[in-house]
Amino acid sequence: MEEYMIEASNLTKRFGDLEVFKDITVNVKKGEVLCIIGPSGSGKSTFLRCLNHLEEINGGKIVIEGEALDPKDKKQIRNLTTKMGMVFQQFNLFPHMTVLQNLMEAPLVVKKEDKAVVLERAKKLINKVGLGDKMDYYPSKLSGGQKQRVAIARALAMNPDIMLFDEPTSALDPELVGEVLTVMKDLANEGMTMVVVTHEMGFAKEVADRVIFMDGGKIVEEGKPADIFSNPKEVRTKAFLEKVLM
Amino acid sequence: MDTDIIIRTLPVLLKGCVMTVELTVITLVLGTVLGILFALMRLLSNVVLSQISNFYTWIIRGTPMLLQLFFFYYGLPSVGIRMTPFQAAVIGLGLNSGAYMAEIIRGGILSIDKGQFEAAKALGFSYTETMQKIILPQTFKVIIPPVGNEFITILKDTSLVSTIAMVELMRSAQQMYASTFKPIEIFATAAVLYLIMTTVFTTIFSVYEKKLSVY
Repeated sequence: MEEYMIEASNLTKRFGDLEVFKDITVNVKKGEVLCIIGPSGSGKSTFLRCLNHLEEINGGKIVIEGEALDPKDKKQIRNLTTKMGMVFQQFNLFPHMTVLQNLMEAPLVVKKEDKAVVLERAKKLINKVGLGDKMDYYPSKLSGGQKQRVAIARALAMNPDIMLFDEPTSALDPELVGEVLTVMKDLANEGMTMVVVTHEMGFAKEVADRVIFMDGGKIVEEGKPADIFSNPKEVRTKAFLEKVLM
Repeated sequence: MDTDIIIRTLPVLLKGCVMTVELTVITLVLGTVLGILFALMRLLSNVVLSQISNFYTWIIRGTPMLLQLFFFYYGLPSVGIRMTPFQAAVIGLGLNSGAYMAEIIRGGILSIDKGQFEAAKALGFSYTETMQKIILPQTFKVIIPPVGNEFITILKDTSLVSTIAMVELMRSAQQMYASTFKPIEIFATAAVLYLIMTTVFTTIFSVYEKKLSVY
């Protein structure tokens, strides 16, 4: 039996009368990089946000590392979400803290870790994303690409087993996309389990182990990137790829 | 203009100033604590707590402060609750500024980007930790100008407690006027003293605002 990090079975999500997606089942293996692509409004971001309970599901079941998420048990949800690092489209760095403080706050406050240990790890991570000279800067002094690299480092500072990326490069100027993707590629090569909602088809093609194409709240097609990109079976996948790859 | 009168009454007026500052500072502390408490209550999904906060703000903001002070000092003794002028003044002023501060703080919290709450939640922060470490520190920066405004209003509003036998600057000025019949000298001096105090407060606030503008 394979070891799944995430088992999401028959998930359904509604906003009022609007059904965002229905009956979605996705399993993610340890070390797997899963990319979710699709037109905007297809429900892919909402699906990702359901995985760490930023959105509550209306049906189905989420199991993280073998433990079922219980929406009523706040403590358990907090515990499970700390196993998942989340990177947002809009970075969401804490503006009143320096880069270093942004990384250290959650390990210190949430996990009550030792300060010296956290400091060392935070410095290592900041160097890893190439911002060693910016440790004491406030986010407002950084470029978008730098902010997103800090956001990735901040998520990693919690020592997560899984990383969730919600369109991490969509808010960036085109020339800054590369530096963020490089960090993500390194992470994938180190064996991190990753779920990436993205419009970067090049990244999906190169890094993903599996690609899911979502449209209209459903999984239309899924498979290896080579198959999806060069040989899509579904008409809708074909149409979408033709549009974005031009 | 009789400068001699000013010099002779100044010690009494200065003593009044001390009480004015004392009342202002106590009111600020009380108002800030109440303000944070009621702002958070109002934002909770718990309907009862949220409505209590709503009701409090509605009553306090919707009635004159002078009436509230009279109610505490002259009204409550008839149901057996007796207060010294100082107690009545502190409670009246504190409850009053608490209501205004609650609205200022609530507005400040609502102005913080939703992404900050989400990032904190994704990192595992509890609601209390999120408020304490992430949201309120950012709120403080946003609300400094309106809070500065509120502080100055409080300082001037302390003059209202002169009506409930509290001897602060306004009351001292009235007493000096009654014994000297020199209204111009006395009230002009009191006005200058109020101006000095509000100026000091304003300066402290702008220094604090500059300090926080590093990010």
